[in-house]
This record gives sequence, C-alpha cells and structure tokens, in this order.
Amino acid sequence: MTKNSPKKLALIASKGTLDWAYPPFILASTAAALDYEVQIFFTFYGLTLLKKDLSEMKVSPLGNPAMPMPVPMPNLVQMIPGMESMATMMMKQKIASKGVASIEDLRSACIESGVKLIACQMTVDLFDFKKTDFIDEIEFGGAATFFEFAGESDVNLFI
Amino acid sequence: MEFDKECDARNLNCPLPILRCKKSLGEVEAGQTLKIIATDPGSVKDFQAFCKQTGHELLQLDQVDSEFTFYIKKRADA
Repeated sequence: MTKNSPKKLALIASKGTLDWAYPPFILASTAAALDYEVQIFFTFYGLTLLKKDLSEMKVSPLGNPAMPMPVPMPNLVQMIPGMESMATMMMKQKIASKGVASIEDLRSACIESGVKLIACQMTVDLFDFKKTDFIDEIEFGGAATFFEFAGESDVNLFI
Repeated sequence: MEFDKECDARNLNCPLPILRCKKSLGEVEAGQTLKIIATDPGSVKDFQAFCKQTGHELLQLDQVDSEFTFYIKKRADA
C-alpha cells in the first residue's frame, strides 16, 4: 500500500483462444483494482484479444485433454468440422450461467481502470493485421517498450 | 450495521465482485462505509486480501446461507 509509487504488474499475453483470453484480463483488472499500475503486452496470437470483434475467438478441445467435456470425446471426433464452434458455444453458455464475466466486459474494465494495452508492432506486421482491426485504446510498441515498464515492475508474467 | 452505499455483486464470479466493489468505493467519500453482497464463496478470501492490500477496512463479514455481506470502510486518505 505505497501511496506514492504504486506496485506495477507487467503481463505478456501470447495466446488468442477464448479460455486463454481470461488470465491476462482477470489479473490486469484485479491488479488495477488493487491500485497497481498495469501494462499488458500483446504478442503473436495474443493480438486477437485486442480486436474490435471478439466474436470469432474460439476454444478448442482438440489437443486439450484437460478440457472438461460432457461425454468423452476422442481427438478423431473433435476434428469433425463444427466441433470447435460447438465447444465454443458450450463454453460461452457455461461462462454466462456461472456469472463469469465476458472477455469484452473484462477488457472494458481494464481500459476503464487505466490498464495500458500495447500491441506488438512486429506481430501486427507479420500477420498483416490492419490497425483498424483493433480497438482504439491501444498503443503499438516493441520488446524495448515492454522492458521499459517490465524492468521496474514488481510482478512480471508470461501468459 | 449502518452503511452509506450498497453494491449488489450477487451471482457474479471472480473477479467481478472485487471490480464492482472498487468502482463503488470510488463513489463514496473517505471514511464512509460500503455494503457489498456477494454469492461467490471465493469472495470471502478475496475481499480480505483486497482490504489488506488497499488499506480499506473490512468492518464486518456476515454469512446467511450462501450469501456473503461485507462492510468495508473507505480508507481515510483515499
């Protein structure tokens, strides 16, 4: 509880599936509520989390044996077209029924509480993403930008 | 117990009760008391941790069935 210099949290968000979108936004919004100064650096597939349209974000049971399924499902079945969308739909229903926040809501909470969102410029170029694909409340930067903040941070996590 | 503002965080899961609480604390004056109602069993430990780290005072915690009520006094210098 240092009044003058708040604690700092630096996160790297590198994954772009619906399940892995949660940890960075949960930790960042909570840390901000605890008066941390927070930055998230979004790189590679993590850039998906900064898109205006999050509706295409999916979760896949394929290659994810720990994902609870209503019935046991061999990988061969999970490969059938439409299975990923179905798993995503089921996950979203579960999220809503358990009072878990949507990614949109958590991201808004982060923005409202001043969490700084930085998109990796190199990956934006690599994947030919357009700046207009992303929400307005972000900055673009590189590894050195991340370390400027991370080097002074109390907690650094790679997700 | 007397309070100055009430925050309903029922049927919300981690980290929403804490986020709602933080927002509501921003809407009361220093020294005033916020009442929060939550149903997430994890919120008990979370609110204790929240108060410990932010310096707001957890005055009272009640449990009735699966509902938890927290009374949090906003830090004097906040």
